[in-house]
Amino acid sequence: MATDTNTSAPLAEPPAQTDPSSSPLTRLRKRLEHALRPWRRANPGARYLVIAGVLITLMFLVMAVFADTVAPFGQDQYCSDEFFNPENGACIGAGPDEQIPNRAAPSRQYPFGTTDTRFDVLSRVILGARIAFAVVAFSTALAMLIGVPLGLFSGYIGGRFDKVMVLVMDSIYAFPSLLLALIIAFALGLRLEQLGIDAPFVPAAVAVGTVYIPQYFRVIRNHTLSVKEEPFVEAARSLGASRTTIVFRYIFFNVVSSIPVLFTLNAADAVLTLAGLGFLGYGIRFPTAEWGLDVNLGLADSVAGFWWTAFWPGVAITLLVTGLSLMGEGLNDIVNPLLRVKGYRGKVKLSARESLKLAGDRDPDAMEAAPHRAGTGEASR
Amino acid sequence: MTTAATNQHVLSVRNLRVAYSTPTGYLHAVDDVSFDLSAGESLGVVGESGCGKSTMGKALMQLLPPGAQMSGSVQLKDDELVGVSRRDLRRIRGEEMALVFQEPMTRLDPLMKISTHFVEAIRAHRPRTSKSAAREMGRKAMAQMGIPPTRADNYPHEFSGGMRQRIMIALGVVMQPSIIVADEPTTALDVIVEAQILDLLDRLRRDEDLGLILITHNLGIVAETCDRVAVMYAGRIVELGPVEEVFTTPKHPYTQGLLRSVISVDTTELASIEGFPPDLQHPPAGCRFAPRCDQVFSDCPVTDPRLTAVTDHTAAACLLYDGAYPPEHREGAHA
Repeated sequence: MATDTNTSAPLAEPPAQTDPSSSPLTRLRKRLEHALRPWRRANPGARYLVIAGVLITLMFLVMAVFADTVAPFGQDQYCSDEFFNPENGACIGAGPDEQIPNRAAPSRQYPFGTTDTRFDVLSRVILGARIAFAVVAFSTALAMLIGVPLGLFSGYIGGRFDKVMVLVMDSIYAFPSLLLALIIAFALGLRLEQLGIDAPFVPAAVAVGTVYIPQYFRVIRNHTLSVKEEPFVEAARSLGASRTTIVFRYIFFNVVSSIPVLFTLNAADAVLTLAGLGFLGYGIRFPTAEWGLDVNLGLADSVAGFWWTAFWPGVAITLLVTGLSLMGEGLNDIVNPLLRVKGYRGKVKLSARESLKLAGDRDPDAMEAAPHRAGTGEASR
Repeated sequence: MTTAATNQHVLSVRNLRVAYSTPTGYLHAVDDVSFDLSAGESLGVVGESGCGKSTMGKALMQLLPPGAQMSGSVQLKDDELVGVSRRDLRRIRGEEMALVFQEPMTRLDPLMKISTHFVEAIRAHRPRTSKSAAREMGRKAMAQMGIPPTRADNYPHEFSGGMRQRIMIALGVVMQPSIIVADEPTTALDVIVEAQILDLLDRLRRDEDLGLILITHNLGIVAETCDRVAVMYAGRIVELGPVEEVFTTPKHPYTQGLLRSVISVDTTELASIEGFPPDLQHPPAGCRFAPRCDQVFSDCPVTDPRLTAVTDHTAAACLLYDGAYPPEHREGAHA
């Protein structure tokens, strides 16, 4: 009898704490806590990686979104504001004194210096972020929209269709990516010009996107191959679900978890590919501000001692790629439970309370009390 | 026990054969199986592992793995199921026929709420049903299976194995099919839950006039819930008849051996049938059970017995009974 009350009283306590006051706010908090569990269980190193990556990426993202207000000048502005017509990029009536000096060294007025075409380097670096994000978003969206459904169906249907798809994707993958992007950008650019469509960043974005389709395809296909053998897929079939329903309602959500990591890593790579295209002259056309293009334009300058024209766009490329990669690697460490456990084990020498906290359990006090209680119960018996 | 249901068959299977293609040739996992099922009747299918019970169940739903071929005829009410188009097949699955699986733990999508499972299952057949109506139907089906409808928005991992199996059954019957094929529905569950599930299936059969095919290797379950029993061996039905008759006076030596091997509370010595089922890629020429049979005689290894009526209700495929000889061998029957 005594043990009965002993065990039942503390057991009744926790629900009393949480249940009656389950307002929408606390429920939301609980959900968030649950969602953040992997984050708290992650290896601290992985967390710093993600934080650093997110901060760098956010900085560029803010720059890109507010580019027009942050940048002191327009991308092709070579005179002071009062003479500048942003519509056609012309400076009407600006005398030599009102024009921006060419190849001016970094100063208070032009922190990153100016180019030989009298453009402000800082403004072009800031505006270049906008193009970079636009192309990255467009190209990865394209790669995902094509690669993911193809991978799902190829994996689920299997057979000859799968063999052909894998062959096609493997040949795309085996082709040097920059060369492939060059060919697509060049051909598509020509075609759009012929058709008279003015879409400056579409060829580059499509070119970069095509390069990444095989990656999404492979990851999703291989994951689908294992998920389609799950018994619940057969059960869904036995209930009369169609192929499309099974693929998009049952399999998709079970394989979607591998996409975010791939996305961030691809985004980093896409920035590089875009810059590579621009550097070789097949990406975004002058005078639009794009980092790879600016590095190319600044090459001659840097030989002549004007280091700043190519340096700052180069720094921007490096920073953004680093930020995105850090985010991707860190996310991988957090999302992948195997890596997560490894990191957790590294910290065994903590006190019980601390390690429980590290393990992300909601209420370390309750957890600590539980084994205690069990022990006394055993003893009293 | 035979509830003498109206003599109208919901399902008639004729000469059903299922062949798996293997690198070394075809393997007939189900070989020339024929039986009928009336509305409201339950048929138990028993036999040891690997004798084609599950393959037969899956073949009825046409859920066979790629590379398997089936022939013969499966008639559900007025529809012929062998060779039916994929679209008609989808309609029949779930709407006319439901399959209850062996392991309920993994048969629900872990990322989908139970209510969503119902919405998906119902909308697969009635695309124009609104989500809320489908949810309501799901809740009713759950309540019928004894699961509180308030739990409709929970995820599968929040239920026990028995509850999940009941949810699977609810999912199967929500479209009111005419047949349920239950493939070892209670194998992974404890005896109490087992009794509950069997009770549910039995009640469904009575209330909704469902035809039930219960595939199991547990003879006790069959004795308790089924009207008729089909004993399968090496891909064939070797004995088919009312449960009481088959279990009290088994006709086929295999059935006799199977019944001897049943373990009950007062079993003191384990009995079994010597040997193993034959290699189905190269089945023996005569009776498939001959190498293991304790009543074997000279005709057995050479003559393949047919399923023949032994009493008014029971049929057996054994050369001990005259009718089992193929027509041309009739004269040489043992007297």
